[in-house]
Amino acid sequence: MRSFEQRLPDFAARGVAVVAISVDSPKESLDLSRSQGYTFPLLSDPNAATIRAYGVIHEHGGEEGRDIARPAEFLLDSSGTIRWEHLSESVLARLRPETVLQAIDGMSPPVMR
Amino acid sequence: MILDVVVKRSWNWRVWTGFGVAVLAVVSYIPVFARFPVTRDFPWANLLLFLAAGYLLAAGLRRAFTQKESCRGRVSGPVFAVLSLALLALFAYGTFVAARQLPSGQSALRVGQQAADFTLTAADGTPLTLSQLRQGKRTVLLIFYRGYW
Repeated sequence: MRSFEQRLPDFAARGVAVVAISVDSPKESLDLSRSQGYTFPLLSDPNAATIRAYGVIHEHGGEEGRDIARPAEFLLDSSGTIRWEHLSESVLARLRPETVLQAIDGMSPPVMR
Repeated sequence: MILDVVVKRSWNWRVWTGFGVAVLAVVSYIPVFARFPVTRDFPWANLLLFLAAGYLLAAGLRRAFTQKESCRGRVSGPVFAVLSLALLALFAYGTFVAARQLPSGQSALRVGQQAADFTLTAADGTPLTLSQLRQGKRTVLLIFYRGYW
């Protein structure tokens, strides 16, 4: 997510708000934001209800068999429709911000305001 | 008169270094991808280190068995080679097999579907809804992540 933090101005220029969601508590999110210098919101979904609603649950994927989110990204346009998505094939793999930026720039009709 | 020549067999640094490089190939994975994120998805830097380790071990083993009089390593060589292979197997299993044990993406919301609304707590304790994020007709990128633990 550090690379997304670095490219936040590019997302802002395209009218895109970046938010991250995990099962972490707000306290853990605060610690992570502070230690990594993240300025975009980290949202807490402790019971994984939203993670389940998006269908990106990784059951027993976390410590002590906790249900957590698999790495995944969704781009929602201003009407709330999913315009683009990415599901990582590996828990180690991460999406590069450039990939999303390119997808945004190539969209028709444009997602930008 | 027979001249007893005691040749001190030289240290086989190649097998030791080779094993050291194999250990480095494993332990460097996280520090390397923290600096160079491209090595996270496919650990080419680590695989190159394994390749270097393999080369050193092969060269060391060759010396140990072809120059028995002058070079050591007939015990340490095979031991280090087996240990290094085990490290490679472990590393490959971890990055290419274990890390990919993910549920299928079948259940994920699809492009074109309406995104589920939510109210979630931000790090500062305030609730944030998807509609709030979309205010001003903004596009929203949701990043689901595994968490810090």
